[in-house]
Amino acid sequence: MSAGPAKKTRSVSSRDQVLSAIRGALGREGADGQNRPDLMARLDNPVPNRVPDRGRLDGPARIDLFQAEAERVSADVARVAGLDAVPGAIAAYLGENGLPTALKVTPDAAIGDVPWAQQAALSVEFGATDGSDPVGVTGAYLGVAETGTVVLLSGETRPNSLNYLPDTHVVVIRADQIIGAYEEVWAQLRHDGGGLPRIVNWITGPSRSADIEQTLMLGAHGPRNLFIVIVGADDGKGIVMADDGTIVTADEGTRVGDAHG
Amino acid sequence: MIQQAPHVGLFATCLVDLMRPTVGFAAAKLLEDAGCRVDVPMDQTCCGQPAYNSGDTGEARAIAKHVIAAFEGFDYVVAPSGSCAGTLRVHYPQLLKDDAAWAARAEALAQKTHELFSFLTDVLNWMGGEARYDATATYHDSCSGLRELGIKQQPRTLLAGVEGLELKESREAEACCGFGGLFCVKYPDISERIVDVKTADLEATGADTLLGGDLGCLMNIAGRLKRQGSAVKVRHAAEVLAGMTGEVPPLGEGKNDGAED
Amino acid sequence: MEATTRQFTGNARQALKNDNLRAALDKLSHGFPYKRLEAAARLPEFEALRDQSRDIKAHVLENLDFYLQQFESKVIEQGGQVHWAKDAAEARDIILAICQEAGAETVTKSKSMIGEEIAINGHLEANGVRPVETDLGEYIIQLRKEPPSHLIAPAIHLSMDQVADTFKDKHREFAADRPLDQPRELLEEARTMLRREFLAADVGLTGANLLIAETGSIALVTNEGNADLTLTLPNTHIAIASIEKAVPTLEDATTILRVLARSATGQELSVYTTFVSGPKRPDDMDGPENFHVVLLDNGRTQMLGSEFHDMLRCIRCGACLNSCPVYGAIGGHAYGWVYSGPMGSVLMPGILGLEQTGDLPNASTLCGTCESVCPMRIPLPAMLRRWREQQHARRLTSTKSRMMLKLWAMLARRPGLYRAVMGLGVGFMRALAGGRGSLKSLPFAGGWTAVRDLPAPEGKTFTALWKERRK
Repeated sequence: MSAGPAKKTRSVSSRDQVLSAIRGALGREGADGQNRPDLMARLDNPVPNRVPDRGRLDGPARIDLFQAEAERVSADVARVAGLDAVPGAIAAYLGENGLPTALKVTPDAAIGDVPWAQQAALSVEFGATDGSDPVGVTGAYLGVAETGTVVLLSGETRPNSLNYLPDTHVVVIRADQIIGAYEEVWAQLRHDGGGLPRIVNWITGPSRSADIEQTLMLGAHGPRNLFIVIVGADDGKGIVMADDGTIVTADEGTRVGDAHG
Repeated sequence: MIQQAPHVGLFATCLVDLMRPTVGFAAAKLLEDAGCRVDVPMDQTCCGQPAYNSGDTGEARAIAKHVIAAFEGFDYVVAPSGSCAGTLRVHYPQLLKDDAAWAARAEALAQKTHELFSFLTDVLNWMGGEARYDATATYHDSCSGLRELGIKQQPRTLLAGVEGLELKESREAEACCGFGGLFCVKYPDISERIVDVKTADLEATGADTLLGGDLGCLMNIAGRLKRQGSAVKVRHAAEVLAGMTGEVPPLGEGKNDGAED
Repeated sequence: MEATTRQFTGNARQALKNDNLRAALDKLSHGFPYKRLEAAARLPEFEALRDQSRDIKAHVLENLDFYLQQFESKVIEQGGQVHWAKDAAEARDIILAICQEAGAETVTKSKSMIGEEIAINGHLEANGVRPVETDLGEYIIQLRKEPPSHLIAPAIHLSMDQVADTFKDKHREFAADRPLDQPRELLEEARTMLRREFLAADVGLTGANLLIAETGSIALVTNEGNADLTLTLPNTHIAIASIEKAVPTLEDATTILRVLARSATGQELSVYTTFVSGPKRPDDMDGPENFHVVLLDNGRTQMLGSEFHDMLRCIRCGACLNSCPVYGAIGGHAYGWVYSGPMGSVLMPGILGLEQTGDLPNASTLCGTCESVCPMRIPLPAMLRRWREQQHARRLTSTKSRMMLKLWAMLARRPGLYRAVMGLGVGFMRALAGGRGSLKSLPFAGGWTAVRDLPAPEGKTFTALWKERRK
């Protein structure tokens, strides 16, 4: 759709007015000044700024940090050996917390091998949600140890609303998907190619608000519970980012944590 | 390096000149005890902050030039005030940076201007002389000294050597007292609320004395404490360090207090 | 909203009498600033990240036209539309036109200061479109028809009882005697009300914390998740942002995000940090078909390149409000318009004009706490002083205060005369004090003695005594 031809004409002229006001304010004539190639290069080859040391840890320590940081912001975390243990962990979590056991699961390849049928206690449906599902289960793209953040992408098998509408949000993540710093998310997405999906979510703990008398309460509009299931151990073949922010494979280079000692 | 006794021009500040000469004599004594030769140029008046903070840069510049001319012959310029020293040190170079005849002179004066306690400790490495003051005191960090000049530990280091004095830190030692120069008379009711936070905070320490390094803040706090009927005594820390507390009652106290009203 | 910035002193006086507000502000000043310090202490690189964040925004501002055009072309490439608005009225018209084209009855909104700045809600309502604020605090103040009183905690001025009264008044479908005396009960009721709105809305209107030129993405942060529901469920998503929100790359956005939440609430990161790029893709399972970004100038290009240029680095974290003694005394509403605290006192004269906002640059002690906590290291006190300089230069200050200042400045440059006058002043005050240590009142010093005593001068001036004793 468009905002209509009349509005459009005016918008175009406003655009020119704003841009020329900017150039006038900066004392520049011409479209972009003289530094355009440098500016384009900055966009075409993005370089990380200062990356905190906190996440620069070897596999097991990095996963420990991820868990500690996630728990610090009131996420619940369980670790299981393999995908076949995921339904049991979820059933146990829901049971312990007295939560409903009807799951809406993303039809996502990342968690496609989970043997849901093993757990008779769970009823499982796949697909998007209309808002009536009490528990949503999604696969993570990555996890960031720095702040215990899970990274989720929208896509053809990943409805964004499932991350927000259910009261309980379960995120399944492989241990080797847990990286140190946010910058590695961008490096991996660029490595994957195809540009960004419509939505990249960084989720750090369950929904909360302190808008009433500065009292912190969980479950404002989004999920009241965030349950992260970490699957397996880090095999050292996960995401690898070189110092300049580009992705190299595990065989070619070293992990960020190693590279910086 | 200056081999012989450094020649210090004492910038007493207009408030000390008018209200509390003992602070000026205390500053002079401390500087002499620390090995300086002290002079008080009779041309001194005020640093110009009222004009500067009221947006009258024309007058502020004129006063700045007057102060520079009066003090540029000394090895150092020292003021018993973080606020006034900050004006000479931080703001004069800003005010005069586009004045070809004065920019370098302003910069030169700024380089050799110091707040009293900072000068004694940071420049002279003097750790205090003999002084005794029996009190439990808390220290108010004045805003300009703290945030423009980094004065925090210096007065505490010096006060630690005073016999009989116990220093108790308050939680909000770094909070503004609500003085703000003309602010306190332009917006007295807002200033009142701010100073009430300060007086409540210092009373909560149980200290019987408030010490500080800026007479403006101290007069504001002392005046409010008096109005509240508080027994907390207020003094400039230089009086304590110079052992001159016997020469003058605490701020706002007098021999005829309680005689009427 | 109608600006009451001219009534600042009256507003402030009212605010100082409000006990609910006082309790809220006490809690605020003992909360966020300390949490910020803890978060900073946990991240050794925090100060370095502040420097880099400042430098990123400074670089963007120097090349703002380039980055906005890059952002625009990337949005269009992904199937979105970009609209440019010179002022609030134009932005309102653009948004209304999109809503009307979408046939919108209900627009869900996530908190946007730009939305407040252009007063979009009133404009939509006047044209038959119902805006529903979804941030809990914004929802509460929308029901009460009040403006926000804090950048990130818009209902901070209200007590729980006031919220409960508002809900009982506005949510008539629930039993009148339902318990509403716990924050949790209030939250649950709002959640129930708003869940329906999320699902039924035709258009979702959000702000944008950052506009990323590299990818044409907007970044949005919330703790509640309301922005995500707002931008995912309706068929049209409109994001409105002022032009200075641009950043070059995802990495640059990341650096700024590392200081944003830490400065604001002391969180390491907000719960939901979302990067949105364009409308729903053909195979996506959900998301809006239409994606619009409205870029607003509204005074920014006037500030660009001026002595207020650096203010455009502001990321609206609220750290300067949280630690400001004046904000802590009077709260946000007293400032009289959308913004408040130190950042508001610098920004609002630029948007509303100095004639309308004369008190704002002056109602500051220039204590410098704001600058010391600003993640973007904006020299806020220096800018407040610059507004004062403009007031003085444009003769917007009172004749009386100008005369007093002139007189005093004349004295300050004539040491002999100054000495004589100060000597007289000391004698006068001594006489009034009559041996007492302080004065309860003093002619021409009513502002001082209204709330505090004036410690009496010692006796003679220092310079006079020095002359006597040392010469």
